[in-house]
Amino acid sequence: MLTVTIQIAFALVTAAVIMSFYRLLRGPDMPDRILALDTLYINTIALLVLLGIYLGSALFFEAALLIALMGFIGTVALCKYLLRGDVIE
Amino acid sequence: MLEYFLSFLILTGALLTFIGSLGLVRLKDLYTRLHGPTKATTLGVGSLLIASSIYFSTYTENISLHEVLITLFLFITAPVSAHLLAKAALHSSLYSIVKIPESDAADDSNTADVKPVEPEATPDRPSRPDY
Repeated sequence: MLTVTIQIAFALVTAAVIMSFYRLLRGPDMPDRILALDTLYINTIALLVLLGIYLGSALFFEAALLIALMGFIGTVALCKYLLRGDVIE
Repeated sequence: MLEYFLSFLILTGALLTFIGSLGLVRLKDLYTRLHGPTKATTLGVGSLLIASSIYFSTYTENISLHEVLITLFLFITAPVSAHLLAKAALHSSLYSIVKIPESDAADDSNTADVKPVEPEATPDRPSRPDY
């Protein structure tokens, strides 16, 4: 029961990754691409958590936490670059 | 019983993540596109993380609290990054399907050294078919 559910969830989240990757390639302006990257790292966290449940291993949470931190910092830095023309003034 | 509950949480989370990315692809301009990932995807990943927390707390001996940490962090940072993205989009005056009020667009132009890009959308908004 749980295994089948996790496989369906894998399919859905992978489709989400593909769609945000499409927006990353296609996105007409810079904020679209930043938004696509933001979505992509959140989808990666979802995939890592699903893999952790599927394999029954709690090893992946530190990786997920690191991805969350670094992804947020990257989004803020790129937005700051668009807003001010510089990341650190 | 617990397995059904976990399956419900995982399925809801995956569906919400999917819907968020679908909104990212299908919606028409950046300001509407911001809604999908910042609300639906965040809630979906939160649901997945809560399911993982319950799973590891029941099927192993020790309580697993890493997921709650990640959930809290995501729920705090998603509005902040959405706000910054909207500010950046207003600053570079992107195409919008509705007219942006002048005061909101002027609020952001207090950075004197960076010249905002001249908007190409005048009152009779030209359509950009590339979206």
